[in-house]
Amino acid sequence: MTQEEIFKKVTDVIVAKLEVKAEDVKPESEFSNDLGADSLDRVELVMALEDEFEVEILDSDAEKFLKVSDVVAFLEEKKK
Amino acid sequence: MKNKRSIVTGASRGIGLAVARELAARGSDVALVSRGGCDVQAKAIAEEFHVRAFSFACDVGDSCQVQEVFTAAIKALGGVDVLVNNAGVTRDGLVLRMKDEAFDEVIATDLRSVFLCTRAVAKSMLGARYGRIVNIASVNAIRAQAGQANYAAAKAGVIGLTKSNAMEFAGRGVTVNAVAPGFIDTDMTAVLSDEVRAKYAAQIPLGRLGQPEEVAKMVVFLASDDAKYVTGQIIGVDGGLNA
Repeated sequence: MTQEEIFKKVTDVIVAKLEVKAEDVKPESEFSNDLGADSLDRVELVMALEDEFEVEILDSDAEKFLKVSDVVAFLEEKKK
Repeated sequence: MKNKRSIVTGASRGIGLAVARELAARGSDVALVSRGGCDVQAKAIAEEFHVRAFSFACDVGDSCQVQEVFTAAIKALGGVDVLVNNAGVTRDGLVLRMKDEAFDEVIATDLRSVFLCTRAVAKSMLGARYGRIVNIASVNAIRAQAGQANYAAAKAGVIGLTKSNAMEFAGRGVTVNAVAPGFIDTDMTAVLSDEVRAKYAAQIPLGRLGQPEEVAKMVVFLASDDAKYVTGQIIGVDGGLNA
């Protein structure tokens, strides 16, 4: 899966879970500040990503997700 | 409660069965969960109230079983709107003589189960932005009774879980409340001697033990849309015992 494909899929999950517009989801978007995610949103998002990408995401990894690009980089590494 | 889908644990008898029947009487589909299953009760409810009623066997203190059974129950119901965490046991005894197993069993069945079952419905309820969770605590968590260290600790834990979960889920339209029954006329209190029961009854301002149906009415109120502004509360149904 290419970086763009991952970004697109991640964007779809974010749009569905956080009820934001796709055009507002950019690699540099921060979950808390730009996308309005609270702590529960973040947990739900991680669980949705786990289902969508069929990977396990440890809490210790999820804690490091500040921006959308952090998630994309993590998944890119996982799906290698 | 029309078109609502409810899961009740410890539903084979006592308060749990009364709650399942009351939910069904108001039009909710129900999944009855108990250690040995409750096919007979589910069948009777389906026939009497013309709702869908399912029976599941599950040790609610066991994480794997809860995960498996709740996945199946939510699938059968087509979602879940209401969870009533009612399953509970007692293993009374004075601390001096209480075995580890007696403590652990009560904590697992009465407290851990509430965590496990709540977690098992959380994803579905949070995603739907709607849910009602009602936990059955006990007056004995608030007003102590000698010989119930395990039970009092577990039920006090249920109160803490109720409040903490209410905070976590409040932003998603999911309310979490607890009902604290007093002395209710069930198999759990039937083991007490007539002398002890009479002594209890004498302490109750309303002068008698409660009936399971009287607890069920409060549970179903908290599970209904009438209680949508109530969360994180512990409501006593105890004949005034804790007044």
